[in-house]
Amino acid sequence: MTELVATTPGLYPLPDWAKDELSDLKGHQKGDLIAGDEGPEIVDAYDRTRAEVVDAQVDAGLDSVVEGQLRWDDMLAHPLTIHENVETGGIVRYYDNNNFYRDPQVRGELTPSGDVAAELEAVDADALQAVLPGPYSLADLATDEHYGDEADFLDAVADYLAGEIEAFPDHETLFLLEPSLVENPPDDDTNERASAAIDHVAEATDADVVAHTYWGAVPEKTYAHLMDADVDAIGFDFVTETEDALYNINEYGTKEQVALGLVDGGNTLVESPETIRDRVEWVDENTHTDFDRAYVTSNTELFYLPVNKFEDKLQALGDAAALAEVDA
Amino acid sequence: MSENNREQFRPDDHPNEHFLLTSIVGSYPKPKWLNRAADLADDPDSKFTDEHLHEAHDDACRVIVDEHERTGLDTVSDGEMRRNEMVEFFADRIDGYEFNGPVKVWGHNYFDKPSVVDDVEYGESWLVDEFEFTNAAASKPVKVPITGPYTLASWSFNEAYADDAELSYALADLVNEEIEALVEAGARYIQIDEPALATTPDDHAIVGECLDRIVANIPDEVRIGLHVCYGDYSRIYPELLEYPIDEFDVELCNGDYEQIDVFTDPEFTTDLALGVVDVHTTDVESVEEIKENIREGFKVVPPERLTVSPDCGVKLLPREVARQKIENMVTATREIEAELDAGEIDLGPEVSAD
Repeated sequence: MTELVATTPGLYPLPDWAKDELSDLKGHQKGDLIAGDEGPEIVDAYDRTRAEVVDAQVDAGLDSVVEGQLRWDDMLAHPLTIHENVETGGIVRYYDNNNFYRDPQVRGELTPSGDVAAELEAVDADALQAVLPGPYSLADLATDEHYGDEADFLDAVADYLAGEIEAFPDHETLFLLEPSLVENPPDDDTNERASAAIDHVAEATDADVVAHTYWGAVPEKTYAHLMDADVDAIGFDFVTETEDALYNINEYGTKEQVALGLVDGGNTLVESPETIRDRVEWVDENTHTDFDRAYVTSNTELFYLPVNKFEDKLQALGDAAALAEVDA
Repeated sequence: MSENNREQFRPDDHPNEHFLLTSIVGSYPKPKWLNRAADLADDPDSKFTDEHLHEAHDDACRVIVDEHERTGLDTVSDGEMRRNEMVEFFADRIDGYEFNGPVKVWGHNYFDKPSVVDDVEYGESWLVDEFEFTNAAASKPVKVPITGPYTLASWSFNEAYADDAELSYALADLVNEEIEALVEAGARYIQIDEPALATTPDDHAIVGECLDRIVANIPDEVRIGLHVCYGDYSRIYPELLEYPIDEFDVELCNGDYEQIDVFTDPEFTTDLALGVVDVHTTDVESVEEIKENIREGFKVVPPERLTVSPDCGVKLLPREVARQKIENMVTATREIEAELDAGEIDLGPEVSAD
């Protein structure tokens, strides 16, 4: 029997009250966003938002609880945009979404900041799940003005993320979000390096590590290399692209654990728990792997959604895992 | 599409033989008092009613039309004074949409991204009242910007249709219905705004199919423009030449015209509406600077096929900056026309004047 773990890949929408309160406290321009040195009023507002979304996950019955990354004004680029050796440039498009972030221009050595660890320390919940951008995606989202070499830069980003993790409090799982493996996949020469970078970051924790990919399936060569990374699970987006995800699993195998992106993080249509459970069964029936554990999750971050639909999706994920356990 | 539907916008007292049509893209900064009036109308404790807000909108439209006319623009608009946001305004009027709350664009900037939860159907009128009011207030021809179906689909959550293409086509039929009503009301210059195409250029064929549906049964004398801002135009060129439009409106000033050559090979066969002032900077370009920008357009089309406009809607600029930019833009255009009349501008071998 596969153990089902209901969870999400982090990056939540701010509660609506906090959208207003924080925009009043911080402002709307690019110079007003989080830089890692916010004052007590802003810290307090984020503490309250964090408590609210942690409670929402517990109430929904999720098995693994994330911090929510509510401070991450720049989405996955956040760990760099708050760094002292990184300058933020213009507003650039966040993948092909209608979202934008500040271009993190790395102008000095990437030393661990402890910023994400402090966020995690503030979470009051069991079964903590840490979330970070994967090294390939974080490097892809940034501009290197210091290292001067693509390979060196990727290594430096991986080193930096590993250093961040070493300061983390106890956590059961770590999701490394790697959408760039799909959106801007490594070329033939970089595939092995991208996989090694993920491996290096995963080594920094004793927790189970999930390399989660989304907005389609990674190309098969990239996938084959990703299998070389010593992670506990690879995540698949079964909302955007089903056939190619299945192909990768069945052609190249996968880990003993798997993350199933079955709930659409980019659409307000709320899947019923029964639909989610049926999708779990469908993946099980169409793959040859007996999974020890399946993380049942949304395909992407949920910050794209309005708050009411985000909460409904949390509840559906929690109910789906419980429903599947009852069925079994 | 008619080759001559631009000439109807030449003013009777136009000073030059050459005529470069000057226009705006759409939005214009709202007067501060209008924003305050909208806040008051939202406040249940206020005595300011929706009727009062309607009156304020009327007044703001008259003010902006007048401001446009004083800058000397050949075609004017009300600066979208009645519209809040380019998707939300229309979704609010289309049956099948619902709103669930604000979503992030960047930082602490949000928009009320709607969801399509049922078949989209034409509900209340979208723009006819706005056009009729503006047209009555204006002494110049009025250009009507309307958000295109692809953007209405792409910037919504789709819960009801199999995919965004199917939703786009359904919305295109509604846009067609609205444009027919606008034409019936007298509109002769309509600009379809499709900024979403810049983010997903691989969907250019969907936009093309939408445009075919939109212009079906629209008379040739109605000028149809398509505005696509901020993107890699090479990914939709030359395919866009197949679109059934009279002019293609681009944002190139923002990128110092680095992409202008995209439109030179193969030959650009529609009219070009060229952005000649940057809407992302509060620095007001000088007349001389804008004249240089206008000359960039001659690399692509001859003068009689060049429309001059800002890069995009100017609503995020301070109002006085927006006004000065447009005034300088019109002055620069008239000076260029005079220099063309005098034979002082070498159009180069690429662009013939026939």
